[in-house]
Amino acid sequence: MKKSRKVIASVLLALLILALFMFLDANKARYGMAYTVLQKGIIMAVVAVSMNLVTGFTGLFSLGQAGFMAIGAYVTAIFMIPAEHIQDVYYISGISPAILEFKLWLESLPSWVQAISPYFTLLLGGLVAALCAALIGIPVLRLKSDYLAIATLGFSEIVRAIISSPQMDTITNGSYGLKKIPGFSSMVQTGIIAAVCIAFMVLLLQSTYGRAFKAIREDETAAEAMGINLFKHKQLSFIIGSFFSAVAGGMLAMFMRSIDSKTFSITLTYDILLIVVIGGIGSATGSIISAILVTLSKEWWLRFFDNPLSIGGFKVPLFRTGFRMVIFSIILLVVVLFYQRGIMGKNEFSWERVGNRMKGLKDMIGSKKGGAKDV
Amino acid sequence: MSLTTFLQHSLTGISLGGSYALIAIGYTMVYGILRLINFAHGDIFMMAGYFMIFAMASLPWAISIPLVIILTVILGVSIERIAYKPLRTAPRMSIMISAIGVSYLLQNLATYLFTALPRAYPEIPFLKKIFRIGDLSASLVTLITPILTIILVFCLLFLINKTKSGMAMRAVSKDFETAQLMGIKLNNTISYTFLIGSFLAAVGSILYFTDRMSVTPFSGTLPGLKCFVAAVLGGIGSIPGAVVGGFLIGICETFLVAFGYSTFSDAFTFILLIVILLFRPTGLFGEKIIDKV
Repeated sequence: MKKSRKVIASVLLALLILALFMFLDANKARYGMAYTVLQKGIIMAVVAVSMNLVTGFTGLFSLGQAGFMAIGAYVTAIFMIPAEHIQDVYYISGISPAILEFKLWLESLPSWVQAISPYFTLLLGGLVAALCAALIGIPVLRLKSDYLAIATLGFSEIVRAIISSPQMDTITNGSYGLKKIPGFSSMVQTGIIAAVCIAFMVLLLQSTYGRAFKAIREDETAAEAMGINLFKHKQLSFIIGSFFSAVAGGMLAMFMRSIDSKTFSITLTYDILLIVVIGGIGSATGSIISAILVTLSKEWWLRFFDNPLSIGGFKVPLFRTGFRMVIFSIILLVVVLFYQRGIMGKNEFSWERVGNRMKGLKDMIGSKKGGAKDV
Repeated sequence: MSLTTFLQHSLTGISLGGSYALIAIGYTMVYGILRLINFAHGDIFMMAGYFMIFAMASLPWAISIPLVIILTVILGVSIERIAYKPLRTAPRMSIMISAIGVSYLLQNLATYLFTALPRAYPEIPFLKKIFRIGDLSASLVTLITPILTIILVFCLLFLINKTKSGMAMRAVSKDFETAQLMGIKLNNTISYTFLIGSFLAAVGSILYFTDRMSVTPFSGTLPGLKCFVAAVLGGIGSIPGAVVGGFLIGICETFLVAFGYSTFSDAFTFILLIVILLFRPTGLFGEKIIDKV
């Protein structure tokens, strides 16, 4: 396929997605379910790509995603809850005066500042998480695969323990969680934030840094021998991955409107890992596709697994609350055991591939027709 | 803190440490042989709790306990056969993801079968007997746990150091391929390791949950992770190390809770992990591993 045609196809695809989002925005009431679920899928796509950046591309098996998301979500939530609702939210032990004053000062600023403040808050959440990642990365990134996994998992539990501890009551509202967080104004807004995040990561992966990451994944010792500074690149990948996990965490807070520390338990990391594995470890587009697919099927298409079902008076056994998650865990295991490539393997989406597929399909149909003639 | 409360807390801590030690041995043995964190180990422990609930519903404890142990061992060994065996030659990340997948499956399965609500753990009458020494009062289980742990560890050490299958296990943990060339049946040895690990997890689960009174599908996650930390603390691959680590973490945790930092008791374990890995990555009793290129 020619380059110009590829560009046209990409632009068309982007426009199509934009049109779909605008359509959903316009008909929010009619397609409520699709709207919500797709929005969640987009957010999950950002986390999945960020996890893939660290785990799939750099080969650092990090299970700390939920912790970084929690940091992003809490920073976003604390700064975005409107000052008028503060008393309702922190009804148990009150809010620390410094934060309240800062919020009142923020709200006294001109309206254009208000308009861009959500973006700044997301960015701030990301930066706080990146700082944490930088600090935790110094000791933790020296560890080898499984130790790293358990240490990052531990980090995410530490974050959760700190957030829900009574000592943090006036900042994070302890174990009661935060609510009344302003949501996204539209689907297009969610889509654009996610697209910017994902585009940044994809561009990074295509740069020299990305190639260094992949070299580290394939063989650390060889990469080091080729002059790649292991620590610097691991640290970079870890920090950037954490930054975007936190941005996605902030988006999740805006999406859910209310959060508490239990939202960000180990299960959330496992959910993201499921998406990454199904999409293909080491494929950004795979993660995006699988994030949307998994979220859509988990929250919508396969919901019926959780409800008792009877076909013509016959009550189908097994269909009961929780069955859906059992199915998902079995899918994860099956993918790991028998189909380790996932949807995309280590490949990225490309028009050539689509073109080849189409051609292959055409040939297949053609040969079938031809075969029929011979008989 | 008066002497009595101090002793009371120490007793609780040692008892908790005992059950941690039993679980930690499972981690350390599997890691020693497969170089895999068996993420599902904590969930096997949780499932043993549920097995006990259902066994005790209709059977007396004397039959329930062996039944629970057998069921747990079957579960542990079949997990190895189904989820880990096909991945022997796969990259380490895949096998770790598979372990996480099994853990995820067991949790979801437990939620599905038994609902997420806590279930009351049955009382085993003789373990719950209260007795007093001076001002101290404790149920029998608190006293039995550390003693039983020590006895089991000695049996295990004997098994590993003196028997033929123990020798096979040591050989496999040193070098997979060479051991195979020497005629050791790799799969049998690995299954055997899982058998011992699950057996100890079942015993640990009975002792742990008798003190805790209830089981939920997620009650295996944190103890599981803590016991892994205990195994790392003692030096992964070393059984005495795992026992010492288990007791240390159990005692520290109990005292943190006693001083009123209960929210930080979980965080403490992981801070401990990071600190150990920084200053003594091989743990207290671990052997130094040299990275070969």
